[in-house]
Amino acid sequence: MTNRRGIWAIYRFEMARFGRTFWTSLVMPVITTSLYFIVFGSAIGSRMDEVSGVPYGAFIVPGLMMLSMFTESISNASFGIYMPKWSGTIYEMLSAPISPLETITAYVGAAASKSIIIGVIILATANLFVDVEIAHPVLMAIFLVVIAITFCLFGFVIGVWAKSFEQLQVIPLLVVYPLTFLGGAFYAIEMLPPVWRTITLFNPVVYLISGFRWTFFGVGDVPVEISIGAVLGFFAVLLAIIFWMFRTGYRLKT
Amino acid sequence: MAAGKRQGMDPIIDIRGLTKTYAGGFTALKGVDLSVKKGEILALLGPNGAGKTTLIGIVCGTVTPSGGTVLVDGHDHRKEWRAARSRIGLVPQELSTDAFESVWSAVRFSRGLFGRPRDDAFLEQLLRDLTLWDKRKAKILELSGGMKRRVMIAKALSHDPDILFLDEPTAGVDVELRRDMWEMVHKMRARGVTIVLTTHYIEEAEEMADRVAVIRSGEIVVVDETRSLMRQLGRKTLTLNLTEPLSEVPPDLAEWAPRLADGGHELIYEFDTKAEHTGVPSLLRRMTDIGVGFKDLGTRQSSLEDIFVDLVHKREDA
Repeated sequence: MTNRRGIWAIYRFEMARFGRTFWTSLVMPVITTSLYFIVFGSAIGSRMDEVSGVPYGAFIVPGLMMLSMFTESISNASFGIYMPKWSGTIYEMLSAPISPLETITAYVGAAASKSIIIGVIILATANLFVDVEIAHPVLMAIFLVVIAITFCLFGFVIGVWAKSFEQLQVIPLLVVYPLTFLGGAFYAIEMLPPVWRTITLFNPVVYLISGFRWTFFGVGDVPVEISIGAVLGFFAVLLAIIFWMFRTGYRLKT
Repeated sequence: MAAGKRQGMDPIIDIRGLTKTYAGGFTALKGVDLSVKKGEILALLGPNGAGKTTLIGIVCGTVTPSGGTVLVDGHDHRKEWRAARSRIGLVPQELSTDAFESVWSAVRFSRGLFGRPRDDAFLEQLLRDLTLWDKRKAKILELSGGMKRRVMIAKALSHDPDILFLDEPTAGVDVELRRDMWEMVHKMRARGVTIVLTTHYIEEAEEMADRVAVIRSGEIVVVDETRSLMRQLGRKTLTLNLTEPLSEVPPDLAEWAPRLADGGHELIYEFDTKAEHTGVPSLLRRMTDIGVGFKDLGTRQSSLEDIFVDLVHKREDA
């Protein structure tokens, strides 16, 4: 017996929370994307050759989407679960007839919904500046959804783990942002010197961005199968961590 | 709430051998057995740190027990947690609310969270009962402390539970609001809700509870009906207003061990109502014999507070 109403209640609650900052959430990605396009797309991009056979302006679109979605997913999902912990309202969730899996479904579902909306907004904004052709639209959509969910799960873990607002910010700022920036969001790995190319391959984000870019242009830094494997592997690891957290009541129950 | 959930003998909550040792090594509960009867108001009375909140937390699912069993209306609270939890509403001690939510969406959320279908008529009645209806559109952060507590109670009752846990419902609440709260608890009982509340205000337990369980250092010291507890353990105080003030207790009265108060104008003697000889007639006779006169006398039943202090001390001495 699933507590569908409970899942729906949390989902609605979270979406309402996003709704309160709806315009900021909506306008921010539009502005950021436009800025990136003015700087990288027009100013610098116009002086650059094609990268992997793709005009530079179009080339950065998937990376740009991923960069925003990673940070948005992590911050929304981590904040979503951290707030009840911080304010104490988590008592209601813990005392309700709702399972850990249902709770995660609701929180991650809501955060992922928002990320996907933002991803689509960025794509639409990018289309105003450059023509973006999507070679594999269905695979692109699947990648978008799975990556949004995966990073929301990651955010959820951070939100449960964090004991302060500072800790909440640390991982997105110090780990995810640099890894994404260095993960080929704005360049192809083949453009790097050989040593850095090898080092970069240890960056898990490379596989995600490469795979996502492949769904747009049919070319990636690594074979798409490896990217799919990386996404699914990452997803599985996070699920395992979350189940362990709830089994042990890690930082949620005393 | 359905009629017929009246006070009966069958326990709606049955706690057996419940223990809890926190990760830090602190043992909060040392094997608690406790039954809560359907329809009653039970007060868990104890000093701070006695284990009241831990006990409530375990029954409600916010704290993981180390050992023991809890049956909620016959459902094991860990194996059949959905059935058990859907019968319980919890109002924790801390005022924790979502500041930016409106009262209405907060209670709607809680009802949904507990898996109940939307029922606006029920929620309207609930908010009216708690005099929150006028504030339904207000954001919770705009409400006063007392109102926030009401919102928390409304949230806890939004799924129409059979049992309501109130953890320190009147902590930090002014006298008037406290009276309000007591009235509200009685109203909820009238609706058929079983209520378990924790308090360290004796007055509160005395005023509200049908039964009192005294908990100390993780153990239930005594459980009994409030009145019978007071009768059984009750001591009375005899106060004699003396004609002439005394500077000290006369040696002739030493065997009663009375004490002087009000600058020697009052002689106070405590006695046990259960004892075969209360010592009152003999004391009065002796006073007449030695010529200590009094204008007036009065007796007072000791309050639950005195009983409580007594109990706690007895345990400490033992």
